Amino acid sequence: MAELDTSGGGKHKGGKIRSKKASTRIDLTAMVDLAFLLITFFIMTTTLAKPKAMDMVMPDKSKPDVQLPVPETRTMTVLLGSNDKIEWWIGPAGSPTHTDNFGKDGIRKTLVEQDKKIQATHSGKDNYMIVLVKPSDKSTYKDFVNMIDEMNIAGIQSRGVVDITKPEIALLQRDGLY
Amino acid sequence: MCDVAFLLLTFFILTAKLRTDDPLHVDVPASSQILVVPDDNISTISVGHNKIFFGIEGTDIRKALLEEMGTQYKTHFTPEEEQRFSVIPTFGVPMSQLHQFIALDEEGRKTFPQPGIPVDTTANNELASWIYQARLVQKNLKNQDLRFAIKGNAKDEYTQYKHVVDIFQKQGINKFSLITSLKSK
Repeated sequence: MAELDTSGGGKHKGGKIRSKKASTRIDLTAMVDLAFLLITFFIMTTTLAKPKAMDMVMPDKSKPDVQLPVPETRTMTVLLGSNDKIEWWIGPAGSPTHTDNFGKDGIRKTLVEQDKKIQATHSGKDNYMIVLVKPSDKSTYKDFVNMIDEMNIAGIQSRGVVDITKPEIALLQRDGLY
Repeated sequence: MCDVAFLLLTFFILTAKLRTDDPLHVDVPASSQILVVPDDNISTISVGHNKIFFGIEGTDIRKALLEEMGTQYKTHFTPEEEQRFSVIPTFGVPMSQLHQFIALDEEGRKTFPQPGIPVDTTANNELASWIYQARLVQKNLKNQDLRFAIKGNAKDEYTQYKHVVDIFQKQGINKFSLITSLKSK
């Protein structure tokens, strides 16, 4: 199978009688074995699935005075609680809250729906929704990444990650999410 | 068959980037991002199990970085130690244990119980020093702004990640990457 045959073709008709050539069949088995060994080695050691990067931009803390006034009616506050649960509301603190979870029919749907609603009820150029994410101490890193990812999917450009406050923790506690 | 085998072999040799063993096992969360993490000019900070590990690309950078850290913490690293340090991609030992850690061979480093880089007290925030010196070294040697990536464990609390971001923000690093795996849909 794995060998090279470079000996001449059939018999020569007539002509001179030549001395019989030594066979030039080379045994390639060892080389092929080695090739497969190397293939196996490289398949095992390569990383095919390269890690992906999600870019994060945080506001510059050294310039606290460059804050835009944010209308509360366009603001959606999202609290990340325990057990992969979310609590959110629109408007100022004290508005009715909703509990949600991650996934296609969870926060993603909510983000898209609320964004549409806010754009419909507000006029002017700046009528987009602003999302404030407040992860609690009980939320996991996965929840946080999921939340950022959902906002990327829903196309929410204006967002912020803010420290959670005591009354908000109390809200989570009231709903058993802390 | 032989030809195909060699074709495959060539392909794998050319595309190979050897898998580096992560001393801190982190299970990164999934996201829908498709941006690939760059290979150079990046420092990866692994966070998980209440430990923080620091890693930086480039052997020349690592050498210079160790020298700078030695100066800052008033401990001397010999050229041989710098050489040995330059092949360690990720580590999580405090400065006090660094001499001991560098002296180990590769197998010894795998079994060495690395406690993570201390970040708890503000007076002895070694991670902040590593980050700061790494940025200086990268700027001096390559004239590039060092990029940072956080590799966090999905199951761990948000607060661990917050520690690292706080350090970043104190130094004015407001843009960084989070390492995720591609979500399978």
